[in-house]
Amino acid sequence: MNMRAMMPVLAAVLLSACASAPGRVDDPFEPMNRAMYAINKPIDDHVMRPIAQAYVDYVPKLVRQGVSNVFGNIDDLFSGINGLLQGKTEKAGNDFGRVLVNSWGLGGLVDIATDLGIPKGNEDFGQTFGYWGIPQGPYLFVPLWGPTTVRDGTGSLIRIWYGPVGYISYVPLRNIIYGIGAVDIRANALGTTSLIEEAALDPYTFVRRAYLQRREYMVYDGSPPPEKDD
Amino acid sequence: MTFANFFRIVATLLVAAIAFPSFAQEAPDALVKRTSGEVLQIVRTDPKVQAGDKQRIREVIETMLLPNFDFERMTALAMGRNWNKATPEQQKLLIEQFRTLLVRTYSGALTQYKDQTIEFKPLRADPAAADVIVRSEVVRSGQAPVQIDYGMTRTPAGWKAYDVIVGGVSLVTNYRDEFNEQIKGGGVDGLIKTLGDKNKGATGKL
Repeated sequence: MNMRAMMPVLAAVLLSACASAPGRVDDPFEPMNRAMYAINKPIDDHVMRPIAQAYVDYVPKLVRQGVSNVFGNIDDLFSGINGLLQGKTEKAGNDFGRVLVNSWGLGGLVDIATDLGIPKGNEDFGQTFGYWGIPQGPYLFVPLWGPTTVRDGTGSLIRIWYGPVGYISYVPLRNIIYGIGAVDIRANALGTTSLIEEAALDPYTFVRRAYLQRREYMVYDGSPPPEKDD
Repeated sequence: MTFANFFRIVATLLVAAIAFPSFAQEAPDALVKRTSGEVLQIVRTDPKVQAGDKQRIREVIETMLLPNFDFERMTALAMGRNWNKATPEQQKLLIEQFRTLLVRTYSGALTQYKDQTIEFKPLRADPAAADVIVRSEVVRSGQAPVQIDYGMTRTPAGWKAYDVIVGGVSLVTNYRDEFNEQIKGGGVDGLIKTLGDKNKGATGKL
C-alpha cells in the first residue's frame, strides 16, 4: 500500500464524513462504512493477508524484527512529539531517549532501548487530540487502512504527511518502503484478525467496538473512565 | 478394615476438609496466576496441543479454565438491559451458547501462543471487596507488551472471572454491541439462533 497514494482516499472519506447523517451517534455513516468493509474484505483475503502470511512464513524472524524496529524507531520520534504536546514530559523524554539510543543501533534495526528498559510511549496525534478534549467524531472504515475515526484519521494524515519516508525523493524506493511498512503492519495483525473471525457474530460491529474501546484506553493511558452498563 | 486403616482415612478426610476451604478462598490474583501458569505449562509441553490437536486443546480449556469463569454473570453483562427481557429458558440457552463460543475463541488464542511470558502486577484491592480486577501483562520479545486484565467476582465457590480485558478491549463490552444488534434484528431468539449457527459452524471447523 502506498501511504501517500492513500492520503486522498482517506482525506475524501474524512471530508465526506463532515456532512451529518442520522444513525448511531458514534457511527452515523454505518451504511457507507459497511460498504467499505465489504470492499476491503476480499482485497484483504486475497491480497494483503496472503502477502503478510508469506512474509511471516519465508522471511526470517530476525529480519522481520529489524523491519518492525526501524518503523518503531520513527513511531517513537512521533510518540515523543505527542508526549510533549500532551505535557507528558517523562514519556516524551523516554521516547526521545529511545530514538537517540536506537538510531545508533544501525538506524533503529536493533531495539537496544527496550533491552535497556526504556519504555515505549506509544503516543500519536489522535491520542493528543483526545487528550485535548476533542471527541472521536464519526467512526470510519477505510479500505486498505482499516478502522479509524475523523479524529484519529486526521491524526494519521498529519503523521504520514510529516513522516520521514515522504522526504525520500527517489519515488520507487519511497514506495517500496511504504509497501514494506504496510506488510509489516498487516503481518503483526495476523493473529488478531483470525481471532476476530473466530469470536465475532458480526465482524463489522466487533471491529468497531474493539477499535473505539482500544483508542479510549490509549487516550487515558490505560485507565479510562468506566463505561455505562448499556 | 483395621483400626489403623480407618484412622488413616478419617485423618485424610480431616486434612481435606481443612484444606478445601482455604483452597476455595485462594486470592483472585493467585488463582489467575496459578491457572494461567498451569495452562501455559501444558501448552508448552503437551505434544498433542503443540501439534494443534483441537480436541485436546478444548479438553484443556474445559477442565482447567472454564471452572474459573462465572458464565452467568458474563452473559448477563454482555446482554445488558436485554438480560431481564429474556425468559429463564432463554437465559439458560444464552449462557450455554456464549460459553461454547468463548471456548472456541480461546482455543484459537491458545494455538497462537508462542513463547510469551506473563507478568502479574500487585493486586491493589480491599481484601473484603466482592469485585476486583487482576492485572497482568504479556511480554513478547521485541514488541510492546499487551495488558490483560481479569474482572473477578467473589462467589461461594471461590473467585470467578466474569470479564477479560485485552489491551483495553473488554470482551463483555464488545459482545454487548453484538448482542444488542442481533436482538434488535430478531429478538432474543434471533440472538440464540445466531450464536447456535456460529457454534455449529465452529464444530464443523474444529
